[in-house]
Amino acid sequence: MTDIGLVTELTVLVLAIFLGFEVISKVPTMLHTPLMSGTNFIHGIVVVGAIVVLGFADDAFTKTVGFVAMVLASANVVGGWFVTDRMLEMFKRRPDEKREPKQ
Amino acid sequence: MISDPDVVGILYLVSIICFILALRFLSSPKHARRGNWVGGVGMVIAIATTLALDGISNWLLIIVGGAIGSIVGVVGARTVKMTAMPQMVALFNGVGGGAAALVALAEFHVAEGGDLGSEEIVSIVLSALIGSISFSGSMIAFGKLQELISGRPIVFVGQNIVNVAILAGAAALGIALIAGWDEQWALIGLIGLALLFGVMFVLPIGGADMPVVISLLNAFTGIAASATGFVLNSTLLIVAGMLVGASGTLLTLLMAKAMNRSIANVLFGAFGQVQAGTGAARVDDGRTVRATTADDVAVQLSFARKVIIVPGYGLAVAQAQHDVRQLAELLEEKGIDVAYAIHPVAGRMPGHMNVLLAEANVPYDQLKEMDEINPEFPQTDVVLVIGANDVVNPAARSDPASPIYGMPILDVDKAASIVVMKRSMAPGFAGIDNELFLDPKTTMLFGNAKDSIVKLIAAVKAL
Repeated sequence: MTDIGLVTELTVLVLAIFLGFEVISKVPTMLHTPLMSGTNFIHGIVVVGAIVVLGFADDAFTKTVGFVAMVLASANVVGGWFVTDRMLEMFKRRPDEKREPKQ
Repeated sequence: MISDPDVVGILYLVSIICFILALRFLSSPKHARRGNWVGGVGMVIAIATTLALDGISNWLLIIVGGAIGSIVGVVGARTVKMTAMPQMVALFNGVGGGAAALVALAEFHVAEGGDLGSEEIVSIVLSALIGSISFSGSMIAFGKLQELISGRPIVFVGQNIVNVAILAGAAALGIALIAGWDEQWALIGLIGLALLFGVMFVLPIGGADMPVVISLLNAFTGIAASATGFVLNSTLLIVAGMLVGASGTLLTLLMAKAMNRSIANVLFGAFGQVQAGTGAARVDDGRTVRATTADDVAVQLSFARKVIIVPGYGLAVAQAQHDVRQLAELLEEKGIDVAYAIHPVAGRMPGHMNVLLAEANVPYDQLKEMDEINPEFPQTDVVLVIGANDVVNPAARSDPASPIYGMPILDVDKAASIVVMKRSMAPGFAGIDNELFLDPKTTMLFGNAKDSIVKLIAAVKAL
């Protein structure tokens, strides 16, 4: 991957922190568990790192470490996504009262 | 295969946008699920782009590794019971941290021979350190929540000193590495010490403090992933990781605030272990606990106009959420106003009670947050406290000697009458007596929450 320079990377990092606080503070308490599990899924992005390490590995040590990282990271991504989906599926409004009677 | 770095960069940017939108959609339960799908699309784009990078090989290993992880993930996520959700979240969080640490180790190994700049080596050290702490810490949190190990704080004399020593050892190795000591064993040693620290740091934390710890570990994994981004020069990892880092940090602060305790106190206080200072001058004034029966409570409920249900971890343990909903519906059919009062730290993770009740098809507009519902207690006829304890303890308002003094609580004692469902008179996780149980307005319905509620349903129906 291309090196964009440390200062640019740090700038991106700082902006991401502020953006993160901004977006997350709008999440209602009710959805804090799905938020945890949803962010859990997002940090599964480390799978990209695992693919790069394993994909470019040419000795046994790197291959082994990369392979384990690949297993862990994909469990993180896939598990995190499915758990979040299962949770969010359950959040429902009151079924009838809100529905307007048909005219 | 993609060889143009700009194309790669733009595809990664698209997945960053997807992740931000996914979080944005979480601002309302109406479109939260769609948000998760958008995030999923972002992840697929990121993975596909990476796989298409020029020069990627070892396909068999990538596919087999990915398949094993995916199967574990799907099966785990699909089969876990909703009541076991906190430990599942801890587990998936931990493996992410472990992966970040291993990626850092592999990068160090590849570069051995010294073409690592100081930026890379600092990032490798941070990623390995934080990722490893997150991994082992999450595993211990998993063990505690799954009750493989005691949920009570595990403490010994000089614990904090030992912990500081372990962390100092890891930090020393990290500094040596950054200073140019190009030795792989130093990094492996650092990972070992960090793993040990993760174990030692979560062991003394009690079950009731788990919401804080899980949030913090979540932040750790995010930060570790972000550090990995610096190693690999990937803005995608930097941004996605840091979004999680910010989210976890914010949740940690919110949870600690909801308990009116500093994060340091939660992490190093071994809360619930020591009873010192509790009710220093508690006088036995002859008040006793009044036990009641399901039939009496059924009558009380049936003649009420307004009932508030206060769920706690005991509800999750007894898996009584479906029965509670049934009881609530039965009361609503009689024209009684029913609401649920949710304390921010009820349960074992942020928002735990909401997920549990959502599983039982309780409509989310019936779940009220603390600030919203507290003014309603004085007009409430009956409050049903199910497996909650510390979050309704009036000592938090009135007794400066109490360890939970100052913690915002649900003002259930302001209601006309209170029914507490509890297995026994054992104190809550904070290990503190609860004045509420001695209140003349309070009656106790002892027994397993599920059994009690099933009996209540039958009694209400029989009326």
